[in-house]
Amino acid sequence: MKIDWAALGSVFGVSLVVTVALVGLFTLGIVGLSKQESASAQGGGSAVLARTGAYACFALCAAAVSYGIYLIVV
Amino acid sequence: MEHITLLLAIVIVTALVFDFTNGFHDTANAMATTISTGALKPKTAVTMSAVLNLVGAFLSVEVAKTISGGLVNESGITVEVIFAALVGAILWNLLTWLIGLPSSSSHALFGGLIGATLMSVGASGVNGDVVVTKVLLPAIAAPLVAGLAALLATRLTYKLAGKADEKATAKGYRAGQIASAGLVSLAHGTNDAQKTMGVITLALVTGNVIAPGSNPPMWVIVSAGVAIALGTYLGGWRIIRTMGKGLTDLRPPQGFAAQTSAATVILASSHLGFSLSTTQSCSGAVMGAGLGRKGGVVRWSTATRMFVAWGLTLPAAGLVAAAAEFLTGQGTWGIVAVGVLLVGGSAFIWALSRRKPVDHTNVTDDEIGEPAGVVTTAMAAISVPPTAGALAAEDFKTTIPAPAGSSAEPASPAAV
Repeated sequence: MKIDWAALGSVFGVSLVVTVALVGLFTLGIVGLSKQESASAQGGGSAVLARTGAYACFALCAAAVSYGIYLIVV
Repeated sequence: MEHITLLLAIVIVTALVFDFTNGFHDTANAMATTISTGALKPKTAVTMSAVLNLVGAFLSVEVAKTISGGLVNESGITVEVIFAALVGAILWNLLTWLIGLPSSSSHALFGGLIGATLMSVGASGVNGDVVVTKVLLPAIAAPLVAGLAALLATRLTYKLAGKADEKATAKGYRAGQIASAGLVSLAHGTNDAQKTMGVITLALVTGNVIAPGSNPPMWVIVSAGVAIALGTYLGGWRIIRTMGKGLTDLRPPQGFAAQTSAATVILASSHLGFSLSTTQSCSGAVMGAGLGRKGGVVRWSTATRMFVAWGLTLPAAGLVAAAAEFLTGQGTWGIVAVGVLLVGGSAFIWALSRRKPVDHTNVTDDEIGEPAGVVTTAMAAISVPPTAGALAAEDFKTTIPAPAGSSAEPASPAAV
C-alpha cells in the first residue's frame, strides 16, 4: 500500500496557510472600511488611508477567488 | 441512439436520479452556513447554488476517466453492476437525507460499486489498498484539515475584528461568505456532474453504443448538468439544517471562516492530488469554526451520529448494491424487481419525510438549539438513530425479493 503522504501534507499546509491568510486579509478589509466610516465622520485624513488599505485587501481576496475559478475551469 | 436497450435506458435514468440526489444531498455543503447566518435567504441561496452547479457542469470538458478512481477493476464491469451500484448509492443518499446527516455521495457510489463488483466477480475485482488510501484515510483527513484551518481562521478573524462594531462588519462577512459558497457550488458542479457523465459514458461504452474512449455526447452533459442543478434547487433542507444549525451555532464571522476553509480545502485537495470529500471537508470546517469562537460549542452527539453515518456509507451502500446485483443476475424479472424496489424504497423514504417536513420556511428555526425536551422529541420522531438506520438499510436488503409495499413494514418500527 502506497500512501502519498507528501500530497496529503501539502494539502494540509496549503489549505491552512491560504485559509488563514484569506480570512485575515478579508477581515482587515472589513475592519478598514468600518474604521474609514468612523474616521470620515470625524473628518480625519486617516479615512483615505483606511479605505485604500481596505480596497487593497479586497482586491487580493478577489484575485484569490479568480485563481480558484481558474483552478476549477482548467 | 437506436442501439440503446431497455436496460441501458434504465441505467441512464437511474444515473440521472443519482445525480439528482447528489445535488440535493450536497446543497448543504455550499449553502448551509450561508443560510444559517442569514447571508442569503434560503430560496435565493439554493437558486444561486443550482445555477453555479449547472455552470460548473459545462465548465470543464475533462470527464472523469474512471468512475471509481481505481477502487474496482473496471474492465469487468457490466451494465448490471453499474445499475446495482447506483441503486445502493441512491437509497443510502435518501436514507441519510431522511435522518438529516451529511454524508459523501461519492463514497456512497464507491460503496455501491464495491458491493456490486464483489457480488458479480468476487473479491479479486476490488482493490483493497485503494479503499484505504482513497476512502478511509481521506475520511479522517478531510474534517481534520478543514476543521483546523477553520478553527485558526475563526480565531484570527475574531482577534482582528474584535474592536470593530459587529453590525458594521456583519455585512462584509456575509459578502465574503457568499463568494466562498459560490466557489464551493461551482467546484461541486464540475466534479460531481462529471461523475455522473462518467457513469453514463461508461454504461454507453459497455453497452457498445459509443466507442471506448470517446467523449460523452452532448445530451449526456446537458442532462447531467440539469439533473444536479434541479436537485440542488430543491435543496436537502434536512441536511442544511443539521450542518447550519445542528452541529453548532454559526455567526457571520464563523460562517465566513468555515466556508472559506471548505472552499480552499476542496480546491487544494483536488489540485494537489489528494482528493478529499466535499461533504466531509465542509462538515469539518463548520465544526472547526464552532470551536474557534469563544464560548462556541459543537454538539458532539450530532457530530457522532454524522461520523457513524460516514463509517456506514461504504458498507451500507455496498450491501444494498450487492443484493441488487444478486437480483439483476437472476434475469429480466430480477432487474424489474430492483427497479420496483428502488422506486418503492424511495417513495417510502419520501413518505416518512413528510411526517416532519423541513423546508425553506423552517430550515433556520431555532428549536434545535434549545436544550428543552421538545426538540429532542421532535428530532427523535423524524430521525432514525444511526444504528437503527443501519438496520433499516439491512431491512431493505433482506426484504428485497418482496414487493415494495412489504419492505415498508419492517423498517417502520425503527423510525418511530
